[in-house]
Amino acid sequence: MKGKLVLEDGSVFHGELVQACDAVGEVVFYTGMGGYHDVLSDPSYSGQIVTMTYPLMGNIGMIDLLEQKPFVGGFIISELCEKPNHYLNKTTLCEYLEKTNTPCLYNVDTRAITRHIRNNGTMRGVIVADDMLQADVDALLTQAAVTNLVEAVTTKEAYAVGEGDVHVVVLDLGVKPGVLDFLQNKGARVTVVPATATADEILALDPSGIVISNGPGNPKDVSADVVATVKALAGKKPMLGVALGHQVIALALGADTKKLKFGHRGANQPVKDLANGRVYIMSENYSYVVDEASLAGTELEVLQKNVNDDSVEALRHKSLPIFTIQYYPEANVETADNYEVVGQFWALMEKGE
Amino acid sequence: MPRKANLKKVMVIGSGPIVIGQAAEFDYAGTQACRALKEEGLEVVLVNSNPATIMTDANIADRVYIEPLTVDFLEEIIAKERPDGLLATLGGQAGLNLAVKLAEDGVLRNYNVELLGTSLEAIKKAEDREMFKDTMQAIGEPIPESVIVEDIEGALNFAAEIGYPLIVRPAYTLGGTGGGIAENEEELIDTVTRGLKYSMIGQVLIERSVAGWKEIEFEVMRDANDNCITICSMENVDPVGVHTGDSIVVAPTQTLTDAENQMLRSASIKIIRALGIEGGCNAQYALDPNSNRYYVIEVNPRVSRSSALASKATGYPIAKVTSKIAIGYSLDEITNAVTKTTKACFEPTIDYIVTKFPRWPFDKFVSADRTLGTQMKATGEVMSLERSFEASILKAIRSLEIGLIHLHMEELEALTTEEIHAKLKCSDDQRFFVVAEAIRRGIATEEIHAITRIDNWFLDKVANIVAMENELKSEAMTADLMQRAKKMGFADKTIAGLIGKTMEEVREIRKGFGIVPSYKMVDTCAAEFEAVTPYFYSSYTQEDEVNVASDKKKVMVLGSGPIRIGQGVEFDYCSVHSVWALRQMGYESIIVNNNPETVSTDFDTSDRLYFEPLTPEDVLNIIDKEQPEGVIVQFGGQTAINLSAALAKAGVKIFGTSVDDIDRAEDRERFDALLEETGIPRPQGVTVTNAEDAIIQAEKIGYPVVVRPSYVLGGRAMEIVYSSEELKDYMQRAVKASPEHPVLVDRYMQGTEVEVDGISDGEEVLIPGIMEHVERAGVHSGDSIAVYPPQTLSQEIKDTIIDYTTRLAKGLNVKGVLNIQYIIAHDGVFVIEVNPRSSRTIPFLSKVTNIPMINVATRIAMGATLKELGYKPGLLEEKPYVAVKAPVFSFAKMQQVDISLGPEMKSTGEVMGTDYYYARALYKAITGAGMNIPMFGTVLFTVADKDKQEACELAKLFADLGYHLVATEGTAKALQEAGIKAERVQKVHEHKADIIQMIKTGKINMVINTLTQGRAMERDGFKIRRATVEHAIPCLTSMDTAKEIARVLNFMRERRLVYALALQDYIGGGDQLA
Repeated sequence: MKGKLVLEDGSVFHGELVQACDAVGEVVFYTGMGGYHDVLSDPSYSGQIVTMTYPLMGNIGMIDLLEQKPFVGGFIISELCEKPNHYLNKTTLCEYLEKTNTPCLYNVDTRAITRHIRNNGTMRGVIVADDMLQADVDALLTQAAVTNLVEAVTTKEAYAVGEGDVHVVVLDLGVKPGVLDFLQNKGARVTVVPATATADEILALDPSGIVISNGPGNPKDVSADVVATVKALAGKKPMLGVALGHQVIALALGADTKKLKFGHRGANQPVKDLANGRVYIMSENYSYVVDEASLAGTELEVLQKNVNDDSVEALRHKSLPIFTIQYYPEANVETADNYEVVGQFWALMEKGE
Repeated sequence: MPRKANLKKVMVIGSGPIVIGQAAEFDYAGTQACRALKEEGLEVVLVNSNPATIMTDANIADRVYIEPLTVDFLEEIIAKERPDGLLATLGGQAGLNLAVKLAEDGVLRNYNVELLGTSLEAIKKAEDREMFKDTMQAIGEPIPESVIVEDIEGALNFAAEIGYPLIVRPAYTLGGTGGGIAENEEELIDTVTRGLKYSMIGQVLIERSVAGWKEIEFEVMRDANDNCITICSMENVDPVGVHTGDSIVVAPTQTLTDAENQMLRSASIKIIRALGIEGGCNAQYALDPNSNRYYVIEVNPRVSRSSALASKATGYPIAKVTSKIAIGYSLDEITNAVTKTTKACFEPTIDYIVTKFPRWPFDKFVSADRTLGTQMKATGEVMSLERSFEASILKAIRSLEIGLIHLHMEELEALTTEEIHAKLKCSDDQRFFVVAEAIRRGIATEEIHAITRIDNWFLDKVANIVAMENELKSEAMTADLMQRAKKMGFADKTIAGLIGKTMEEVREIRKGFGIVPSYKMVDTCAAEFEAVTPYFYSSYTQEDEVNVASDKKKVMVLGSGPIRIGQGVEFDYCSVHSVWALRQMGYESIIVNNNPETVSTDFDTSDRLYFEPLTPEDVLNIIDKEQPEGVIVQFGGQTAINLSAALAKAGVKIFGTSVDDIDRAEDRERFDALLEETGIPRPQGVTVTNAEDAIIQAEKIGYPVVVRPSYVLGGRAMEIVYSSEELKDYMQRAVKASPEHPVLVDRYMQGTEVEVDGISDGEEVLIPGIMEHVERAGVHSGDSIAVYPPQTLSQEIKDTIIDYTTRLAKGLNVKGVLNIQYIIAHDGVFVIEVNPRSSRTIPFLSKVTNIPMINVATRIAMGATLKELGYKPGLLEEKPYVAVKAPVFSFAKMQQVDISLGPEMKSTGEVMGTDYYYARALYKAITGAGMNIPMFGTVLFTVADKDKQEACELAKLFADLGYHLVATEGTAKALQEAGIKAERVQKVHEHKADIIQMIKTGKINMVINTLTQGRAMERDGFKIRRATVEHAIPCLTSMDTAKEIARVLNFMRERRLVYALALQDYIGGGDQLA
C-alpha cells in the first residue's frame, strides 16, 4: 500500500506502508547501521517517528521483543528485508511491525528525509496513506503533542533484576534495557522503581547508589514531582544520571537545558574527557542538552564534551557524589573504554559512601 | 598531543612494484601520506622503485628516490638524507618488512632515525606467529588452535581434542603442496601421511578449520593517546576459505546482529590496544554462522588493501590520518576532511551498501588454475555504492569490464542443470555467476547454501534479481516496473535484452517515464552533518542532492577502471595528472572511475568524483546531469577509449584527438591507408575475418606470423605462430576472444623494438624520449626491459623515428599524447602499432625527462599549442643519465602459468633504475624487480635449436665470469663444440637426478631457457621454468635479457653498486659525480 510522510513544513516523502495505520510525532533520524532492535526497545523514542539512515533493515529479522510493542511512534526505513537470515531469527521485522501494529513507511528515500531534518531541524510529521486528504493530514499534524511521555513508559511496579555486591536503584523515566544490562554486567543488583517513587521510598530500599534513567522527551516536560524527588535525593547516596536523567539532575540543581537542532542519535558520537584528553565513541539518543552557560552559579562542572559540537556530555557535582552522563553506557563492559565517569560513581558505591 | 617537535624531515617507504596482493592501493596510501606530511611543513623523502606511481612524482615529496627497496639502498639514502623519522606502515608488507630489517640491522639506530607510528615491537607482536599467539592468549582473544606434529599419532591426538574439520599444512613446501582439509579420521591419516612425505623436515602443521564460517573484517585506528575507533566493518560474501582479496566483499556487515558486530568491534579494539599499534590496522575474523563463536584469523599492523577499500567505502582518509598520528597528533586534533567542521575522532556511519568485486587475470592466463583459495590471484578490484545489495552487486559487475553487464554469463546457459549443480562446488572466479544460473534453473537457495556456504541472505538477493528478470520477460512494461528494475540496478541494456528492445529504446522509454538516476553524497556520517565532499554515487531514489551549478566550465575525465594485466596504475597516473591540469587551468574537473585502490578516486583529487561503472549508460547519465563542455578519453587507457564512440554518438564532445582519428589508428584497413598515404612501412600484414582466409594469407606472408585480434589491450591473445596447424588452433580461440572484431595476421620480424611517446597539437610534435627494448620483437613491450635513452640506435635511425612519429601524429590529427611502437630490422624502421592515447610508459618518461607530459597533453586537448606552452617540436635533447624500466611478474601467485615471455603480456608491475652508468641503472632495475642474480654458482643452459649459436656466445660470458655451466643434452653438445666447458645434466624425463631435483636442492642457481619452436606445451621446459619460480631462482627466457644480465654481472665486479640519487637531482642536473 502506498504511503507517505508529510512534515509540518509541507514536505512529502513517498513510500509504502506495512499496514494501514497512521503515526503522528516528532520526526528524528538514527544513524547507527545495525541497531534496529535497540531503537525499537528504547523508551526514549516514545512518541517519535524514527527514520533509520541505514537503508537495509531487518536483515537479521527479530531475535527478541517478539510480543513487546516498540516505543517508537512510527518507523521509516528504506528497504525492508523480506527474507532475513540468522540462526537466532524468529520472525521478520515486517511481521513484527504488523503484529505490534506499528506504523511503518518503507521504500522511501530516507537520506532525503534525514537531510531535510538536518537542514531544517526536527519537526512534527505524519505517516499516512498516500491518498489521505491534506485537510486530514493537517488535522493530524495539529493534534496536541503528548507531553506526559515519562508517565506512559515508566514501570508501573517496582521490580528487581540481577545479583551483585552493590545495590543500584534505578528511577525509571523510561529506562532502556541496555542500561539495565550494563548495570548487571558491571555486577550490580538492580531495583527499578516507577518515576512516581518518592525519595523516602527509594532511600528505604537502602541503595548503594541511585541511577536516574534515560527516558523520552523534553526534560522540562518531566513532572515537577520527579524533579523534586531528584533534588531530595541529591547527596544522600551516590547518584548517576543517564541521558534524560542527566538533564533532569541538571534542572533540579539549577542549570538549564536547551534543544538541539536535530539531536544526536546514533552509535558513533565522539565524547572527549577533559581530564585525560581521551575520546570515547558513544551511543546516544537525545534532542536536548544541558546548556553549558547555565552551569555558572551552580555546583555542577563539565567533565566531558562532544567533540563535534562541543555540547555537554558529562557533569559532576563539586561537593556531592553526583555524576551525570548524556550518553548510554554500553552493555558490553569489556570495551571498558567509556567508564571514566561511571567508574567514579561505581567506586563511590563500592566504598559505601 | 601536537606534532612531534623534533621532526623536520621524514622518510616514507613505498611498496615497490605492483604484484598480485600488493597493488595500486599503496600508491593511494603513500601519496596521501606524503601530502599529509608536507601539509605539516615537514620535508618528505620518498623511496619507491615503482615509477608508475603518483607518489614518485617530483612534486609529491621533496626528495624522491626511485631506487631498489633493499636494505643497502635504503641505508645509502638514509646516510645521505639523515631523516629524523621513518614512516613505513603505508608501504604494504614490502615497506613494513624493510623497516623491520632496517631496525634489526641497526641502521635506524646508527643514523638516529625514529620509527614513526607503530613501534618495532608492535609490528613483531602482530607478525611473529608465536608472539601473536601469546598476545592473543593474554587478552583472551581466540585464534584457531594448531599444533605441529611429526607423526600420525600426534595428529590423531590433536583431532581428538579439537574435532574435525582440520587443515593440514606440510612445513616448508611451497604453494601448500601436499596439504588439505581433513573431515574425518581416515582423511586425516591420509593427508598427514602425504604431508609428512612432502615436507622437507618431516613436519606438518594441523589447524582447526573454520572454512565455511563467515569472514568478517574490521578496520581500526588508534593514536598514541590510546583513542580507538573502528572505521568500517566488512563482510565477505565468500565464506572463510577464499582469500579476502579474492572474495566479493560488502560493507558494512549485513548478516550480523548488532551484538555480534559489537563483539567483534570490541575484540578489534582490544587487539589494537594489546599490540600497541599507532595508526590504521586491519583485523580479520571467522564467525560461526550458528553461534557467537569466533576466531581471530589475521591482523595487519599497517594500512592494507582493505584499508583502501574501507577508506573509499566510507570517505574516511585512513592513510592521511595514519600519517598524522605517526607524527604525534591524536585523533581528536585531526580535522575530518569530509565535513571540515568535525574531527577525525569518530566512527563513520554510512547509508549505502558497498560491494567490492575482484578482477582476476584468467582472461590472460588461460592455463592458470582458476580455483580460489588461500593464495590471492586477483590483480585488481572494483567497488560500487548503492542503496541495495542487488543494485550494488550489479553495478560492480558492470564495472569489471569483463564483457558482462549483468549477473549473467552466457556460456553457463549451455550447461545442463546437473553440470551447473556440479560447478557450484568449485570456488572459482565464475562462482557467483554460477549461483545466479543455479537459481534460474530452480535449484533451491538452501541447497546452494549447503554447497557454497554463502549466506542465504545473499542468495535470496540473487533470487530477487532472477525474479525481476522473469518479471521483465513476462510482464508488460510500466513506469512502476521500470522504476523497480532500475532501483534494483538493472542496466538499460539488460532490460533491453529481456524485453526484446534496443538499449536506446529502453533509454527512451525510461526517460519518457521520467525515471532518471538521482545522485547521493558519500559523507562518512549518513547525512548527519553537512559535508563538503564532492564524492557521489547514483541511485534511483526520490531526491537528487547533488548541486551541479558552477561558475566554471566543466570537463569530465574518464578513469581506467580496475587494475588488470596490461592496464595498470600508469593509467590512473595519467587520469590524475589530467585532472590536476584541468584544475590549474580553471576548469571544474569531474572524474568517473570505480577502482577503490587509486589516487583518482580520492575525493580531493578532482573537483567532483563519481564512483560509477564506466559503461555508456552510467557515463551518459552523469553527463546528462553535469552537462560538461566535453570529455577527455585519452588518459583512461582502453577503458575510456572504448567508450568514446558511444559518447560521440550521443553528441558528447570529445576533447583532444577525435573519435574518428582514434578509429583510424585502431582500424587496420584505415590505418593501412594512412601508412600508404604517408609512405611509412610496417611489417607486411592483412586483416582476416575467418580461419580459411587466415591460413591462405599466412602462407602468402610466410611463417612465422604474429596474430592478434584488433582492439585489444596488453597483447591479449597475441601469439607468434609457426605453422598452419597452430594458426588453425589459434583462430578458434581468438575469434572467441573478440567476436565483434577481425583478426590481424602480420609477418614476424626479428629486430630491435623501440617505443616512443609523443605529444602533438596537430601541427607540431614533441617527442620527450625514445625507449629501446632490451628484448627483441616478439616479447610484449610491457614485459620488456626498456632503456632511455636508446643505447644502440644510430642517429639516422633516430632521425627516421622522429620523422615517422611526427608524420603519424600529424596524419592522425593527434591532439594530445600518442604512443608508437617500432621495430628496427634490416636497417629499416617499421611501425608496429600506434595508440592515440596514454601509454604504460608515460609516467616513466615524464619522470625521466622532466616533461609533464599529461599536463601538456591536457592543455593541448583543451586547445593550446606546443608553441604557446613553450615547447619545441622534435626529440627533446637526451639526458646525460640512463633510466631502465624492468617488468615485474607475479608468477609465484599463479600456478600452472608458463613464465616464458612472448607477445602476450604477463607482468603485473614495473620498477625503474636510474644512473649515470647504464650498467648500474640496469643493476638497479633488476635488483628492484626482485631478481636474485647469483654472484657465483651454477647456470643451466637449455635452449631451442635456433638459439644455440647465441647461447654459445652468452655461455662464454658466464664462463668467463667464473660460473659453473650445466646444460641439457643438445645445448651441452653445442657448447662443447664451441669449446665451452659445460656439464651435461639429465632432462626431466630422463633419470632421477634430474634438473628439477637440482633446482630443488640448490644445485642450479640460475636458468637460461628459451622456448622450443611450436606452441604445443613443451612439458620439460615448462616444468623447469615453474620450478625456478617455486624455488625463487632467476629464469631468463630471452637471450637478450640474459646478455644484459651478463653485462650487469661484469659491472658488479668492478664498480660500487649502491649509489642513490634523488629524482630532483637528476632532473635538476645536480650531483653528477657517480
